[in-house]
Amino acid sequence: MITYLLKYYMQMSTLLLEHLHIVFLSIVISLLLAIPVGLLLTRLKWLSTVVLSFFGVVYSIPSLALFAFLIPIFGLGKITAIVVLVIYNQYILVRNTLTGFASIDPAIIEAGKGMGLSAKQLFLKIQLPLALPIILGGIRIATVSTIGIATIAAVIHAGGLGVLLFDGLRMNYLPKILWGTILSSGLAYFSNQILLSFETKAILKARGEYHDDKNDYDISL
Amino acid sequence: MARTAIEFRNVSKQYTNTSQYAVSSVNINIEEGSFVTILGASGSGKTTFLKMVNRIYEPTSGEILFFGESIKNLPIHEYRRKIGYVIQQVGLFPHMTVAENIGTVPKILKWSKEKIAKRVDELLELVALPPHDYKKRYPRQLSGGQQQRVGLARAMAADPSIMLMDEPFGAIDAITRQNLQEELIHIQKKLNKTILFVTHDISEAFRLGDKVVIMREGEIQQFDTTYNIIVKPANDYVAQLIATQDVVQRLKTLKAKSVMLPVDSSISEIAFRVDKEESLHKVLTYFLEHDQNHVLVEEDGRRIVGRITWEQLKVSTKQDKVLSA
Repeated sequence: MITYLLKYYMQMSTLLLEHLHIVFLSIVISLLLAIPVGLLLTRLKWLSTVVLSFFGVVYSIPSLALFAFLIPIFGLGKITAIVVLVIYNQYILVRNTLTGFASIDPAIIEAGKGMGLSAKQLFLKIQLPLALPIILGGIRIATVSTIGIATIAAVIHAGGLGVLLFDGLRMNYLPKILWGTILSSGLAYFSNQILLSFETKAILKARGEYHDDKNDYDISL
Repeated sequence: MARTAIEFRNVSKQYTNTSQYAVSSVNINIEEGSFVTILGASGSGKTTFLKMVNRIYEPTSGEILFFGESIKNLPIHEYRRKIGYVIQQVGLFPHMTVAENIGTVPKILKWSKEKIAKRVDELLELVALPPHDYKKRYPRQLSGGQQQRVGLARAMAADPSIMLMDEPFGAIDAITRQNLQEELIHIQKKLNKTILFVTHDISEAFRLGDKVVIMREGEIQQFDTTYNIIVKPANDYVAQLIATQDVVQRLKTLKAKSVMLPVDSSISEIAFRVDKEESLHKVLTYFLEHDQNHVLVEEDGRRIVGRITWEQLKVSTKQDKVLSA
């Protein structure tokens, strides 16, 4: 195993970076779509049920099937992989965005409105910091699941750590399988821990338990 | 005469999907500097009435004027910043300290940091929370009563001329509520704010208000001074409402100034003295405990402004007989 690492660490790190690239792009694109959709749906309650159940159904389609389904449209490679990952993430991210904003005590919003905060001030200073823990939770779950599903994307030539896994399986070569497993699960574990630390900080801030002695009168965003 | 702070002109409000009016054809003038309580059962339209003033709800028809200007023509956020708003659930921002909560509107108004800090301390003193102990706390570290004190301070931050209060002490225990009521009366007299205060508690409405609005099914039953409502209720509903209070309770809600006969201030008689804001209940207690038949009413702890005799006190408890007198 160590010999394999010493011999192929260049290829392995390339695959790791490729994996990170796919995951990062998918998450960024997912967020750019999900946050506005989630925000829009907080205003349109009737539509939110329809949209969420739609994403829920899509989420239950096995990834391999969804990859196969989209190959005729986007071809083999990274693009299809990213499209599929973005679609999966919508369910988690839209749901959490929606829940995050819906969980704010309406009295807080009413007080803010009554005080004369504009919609933008209310959003940036009040709603966003209070909804942030749940939104960050969504991002964390989405990132971990994207890291996992992205390994399967190797089947459609998207690259990434899945290449190690599938090659190892095909060649029945244990070190490759093991390294693929270690790297992808390690990546998932560390991403989870890093994002969890942000989430914890956001939770403490939203609850008023995070103590930061400077900026007495700054309303931090 | 005081200026009119808020005027309702034929204001009605009907919520979508309901056939009934929550508030129907309301006309009212609220004078600047007056403490007006709005009394009614749940569903009487009292909260809707209040929340139309700061445009949380928009009237279906009619017009509301703020110092003579239609509120529809005023820029909404700037307008709301001139009105203090306190609600039962308080609605403090949990992620901000007490100081940040109170400083929210001043910060939007771009006050300097020093000015905001000074104002925060001043307001915390006013609501009897020592600034040093409280300004860095977060809302979850406060009791319900303390939270509402902060809510009150926050509403007054930018020195609004009008305060809207929606059952602010409704969720607070009886002892704390009484303290808060007394402090609110004190604050109102000191700062001469116009206050609109919604409540379903009769004794609270009468204790706090100079004038009381009694609402039922979206309509104003009576809008008058506490004294006039007690001695000449406008209709059966009001009479019934008042009758639910016994004589002693009623005396607790009436102030000395409402029944006293004005006298020359140079009077130098030696007699028991009460403040003009004091309740008649205290006067009654005095009469019962001492062999006296009158007390003097004073203002600011010095000037004598009137007197109350045993006869007057008796008259004030027999509401209907005063009318014929």
